[in-house]
Amino acid sequence: MTNDELIWRIAGGSGDGIDSTSQNFAKALMRSGLNVFTHRHYPSRIRGGHTYVEIRASEENVRSRGDGYNFLLSLGDSFARNPKEGAYYGEEEVKPLSENLDELREGGVIVYDSGLLDTDDIENFDERVEENDWHVYDLDLRGLAKEHGREIMRNTAGVGATAAIIGFDLDYIEELMADAMGGDILDANLDVLRDAYETVQEEYDVDAHDVSVPEGEHEEEQVLVSGSHGIAYGALDEGCRFISGYPMTPWTDVFTILTQLMPDVGGISEQVEDEIAAAALAVGASHAGVKAMSGSSGGGFALMSEPLGLAEMTETPLVLVESMRAGPSTGMPTKPEQADLEHVLYTSQGDSHRVVFAPSDPEECYEQTRKAFQIAWEYQIPVMVIYDQKLSGEYRNVPASFFDQEPNPSLGSTLTEDEIAEAAHDEFGKFERFRHDPENGVSPRSIPGQKGGHFLATGNEHTPEGHISEDPDNRVNQMNRRLRKMRSIRADLDEDERQDVYGDESADFGLVSWGSQTGTVEEAVDRLNENGYSVKALSISEMAPFPERKVRDFLDSVSEALVVEMSTTAQFRGHIQKETGSYGEMLSSLLKYNGNPFEPAEIVEAAEIEIDDRLDEPSSQTRLEPAAGD
Amino acid sequence: MSAFSAIGNDREVDQNEFTPGIEPQPTWCPGCGDYGVLKALKGAMAELGKDPEEVLLCTGIGCSGKLNSYFDSYGFHTIHGRSLPVARAAKLANSDLEVVAAGGDGDGYGIGGNHFMHTARENHDMTYIVFNNEVFGLTKGQTSPTSPQGHKSKTQPEGNAKAPIRPLSLGLTSGASYVARTAAVNPNQAKEILVEAMEHDGFSHVDFLTQCPTWNKDAKQYVPYVDIQDSDDYDFDVSDRREAQEMMHETEDALYEGTVLTGRYYVEEGRRSYQQEKRHRGSMPEQPLAERYFDDSAEWERSFDYIDRHK
Ligand SMILES: Cc1ncc(C[n+]2csc(CCOP(=O)(O)OP(=O)(O)O)c2C)c(N)n1
Ligand code: SF4
Repeated sequence: MTNDELIWRIAGGSGDGIDSTSQNFAKALMRSGLNVFTHRHYPSRIRGGHTYVEIRASEENVRSRGDGYNFLLSLGDSFARNPKEGAYYGEEEVKPLSENLDELREGGVIVYDSGLLDTDDIENFDERVEENDWHVYDLDLRGLAKEHGREIMRNTAGVGATAAIIGFDLDYIEELMADAMGGDILDANLDVLRDAYETVQEEYDVDAHDVSVPEGEHEEEQVLVSGSHGIAYGALDEGCRFISGYPMTPWTDVFTILTQLMPDVGGISEQVEDEIAAAALAVGASHAGVKAMSGSSGGGFALMSEPLGLAEMTETPLVLVESMRAGPSTGMPTKPEQADLEHVLYTSQGDSHRVVFAPSDPEECYEQTRKAFQIAWEYQIPVMVIYDQKLSGEYRNVPASFFDQEPNPSLGSTLTEDEIAEAAHDEFGKFERFRHDPENGVSPRSIPGQKGGHFLATGNEHTPEGHISEDPDNRVNQMNRRLRKMRSIRADLDEDERQDVYGDESADFGLVSWGSQTGTVEEAVDRLNENGYSVKALSISEMAPFPERKVRDFLDSVSEALVVEMSTTAQFRGHIQKETGSYGEMLSSLLKYNGNPFEPAEIVEAAEIEIDDRLDEPSSQTRLEPAAGD
Repeated sequence: MSAFSAIGNDREVDQNEFTPGIEPQPTWCPGCGDYGVLKALKGAMAELGKDPEEVLLCTGIGCSGKLNSYFDSYGFHTIHGRSLPVARAAKLANSDLEVVAAGGDGDGYGIGGNHFMHTARENHDMTYIVFNNEVFGLTKGQTSPTSPQGHKSKTQPEGNAKAPIRPLSLGLTSGASYVARTAAVNPNQAKEILVEAMEHDGFSHVDFLTQCPTWNKDAKQYVPYVDIQDSDDYDFDVSDRREAQEMMHETEDALYEGTVLTGRYYVEEGRRSYQQEKRHRGSMPEQPLAERYFDDSAEWERSFDYIDRHK
């Protein structure tokens, strides 16, 4: 166990305010100069049910959750029901303590609310404490909170106790509280905070353990954002002023953030009857000249297959977000998985094409969403941004200045009326909206209401003027032109020299990942290299058109590679093999699909098994899938 | 000059301006009621002085959906059942456009039924024409949501066991603020009603009876209709929801007994359209949103303006 990082876990019942408390504490740690990364675990229930948030804080850059954690603040589930033995949800009240013990590191700290929890209810608690050298603080947080205000403030009491135990300056927390509330509520909360702090300092030996808050300093001001914020802000800065959706976890995150911003920026948000309508609205708004976006999660995206195809055929710019959760069907609403990849790549009838981006952290979410809008409006094609529940809800610090980027309201290949007047019209004066000839596949568009530009957009195959047509020559020309777009887009993307390889250039063993697992894989690379192995990693964040050259270069430079993904059927590995047409015999897979993202140690373990050519089984919650022919 | 100069110029418009100069010739069958809708729509547009380029006609899929191949304006031939969500978003994006949506009874009351209910309830300022021929035309005569009980087709060989949809009542209960029925056999009334529907500030639902001589030989759509506004037998207040509802029920029962009643059934004035309601609540800008992208002086807020909350 190291002391250069604090991994603080706050656990309680859903609805107990775990989320907001953890966000504030993460911010306080960030403000004190640390890098932070949060990991959120919650059940698909509104109130009650074990939930926790982990904050990893370090002077070092943190890209992932860690292996286990070293500080547990256990509040108890105040909404617990069914305390009966054998009840469906079982022993809920104590779960915030009992469920978390397995991953608590040796020498770790436990603070629990003795006002709600009784350790007698937990099997072998004392033995385990002794075995693991845990330091336990039993505090009546509920009672303390009640004394000064309301029971609900036991979160605040817990944070005050934490600060006393790890030696964290209360100022950071007090400032944040003052920002968030005022009046009596603030006063009461401050009283609770200070009282808990002092009680612990006076009554307990806080030096008995060696978990403490690390020290750090930021060179510039930081902000705490999630992947969903990255996407929302990317859209905003790219001029998106129309968002339509239907709630579905975890897509709701982006939907809500943008809905809150829209009135402020003169935009429109529409919550509609279903996801078919949501995507169709985005198509309609885009057709009428507004940069529009929609999105959903797996089940809702299934309904968007129709409007997605319509956008492609009518060449209406469109950005769709797909925030993955575990499936099939409604699957596990609050758990991440990366198993909608094929769904997103292939849904919709015919030879349909779309661009698919898969960002791996909040900054990339921002950048790729901007890029998504640029490509959609320049090339008149649907562009998808696919990410997952993990990236959607985890927060990390990013330099504030990162977001200080110019807005771009440009409508890409859309003409002004003056340009329409110059553009090609047929012998009857009709604007040739879908001309066959453009080299890059893009025929510039007009917008309803513009003089001289009227045309028919149709999901049926159509002539350059937009008339429905089944003429074979026209069909081939139009299909070829739409196909040419994908090649031009690939060429465009290749111009950005992105650094996607992590680790030692000359390493012989490769790890390949996509999306939200990238940071964890990179952390695993560091550890493997520290352990004497020679490993590097490639993160792929463009799924279509696929960066074939880059992937080939990487795979040619290693003797074998392990593809890490949260799916049962190795969809991502399959995609690489399909797009490159080779490498089957050198790609093995590490798969996880239990509802939780990878921890670095799991990847380290699997890579070591592969590199050392051992026949060991990896930990029970992951699965190694050998290369083709192995 | 505005970025959308086709919009709002007050000139005389000839209805032939809506006829595409070239092919395609309509592929509708001879005698199809859809010709009547096309004619009435062109006439209504001309009467309102609409420039073809300020009109967006969104259609679904079906014989009816082909309407905009023969009607020359900005058009969006969408997918089966989805004309309404596309159309209403276009209107939200550019509230100066004249937006009309059209489709068949299968399209509008079947596959798109959910969108119909919600677009009506939201009272979007647009006109929706449903070609009601009591049958699926394009897919060759299957039973549709408005086919009478007992209607036989290849997919219901023993006769339709379902009772038909009541479109007017459905429009009203869903929240449409203008509900009318007209028929292709009466182009004059049809044109008048479409003019009114487009002028109406809110969601106008026009159930348009169209005959399908190919698949629905015994449809009542051929029977001479009665204009309820012209007849002394029917006296009710179109602004009274209850009276309108009763009249609708009578009409819907009568249709399947062989009497075709048409006219305005419900006209609700004074209720805010969806756009007005959104503007009233501060959740939609005053200016048409689409204009902004062509306005060089427009100010574009950036995420950096909102970043303080994350510090
Ligand atoms: C999703 C989908 N399902 C089915 C079809 C096939 N389809 C095309 S038109 C149509 C029915 C048309 O009937 P209606 O809407 O009453 O219009 P009409 O042809 O009678 O004017 C159907 C089922 C389709 N195009 N798309
Ligand atoms: S099938 Fe019926 S609805 Fe279709 S064009 Fe022929 S007559 Fe008209």
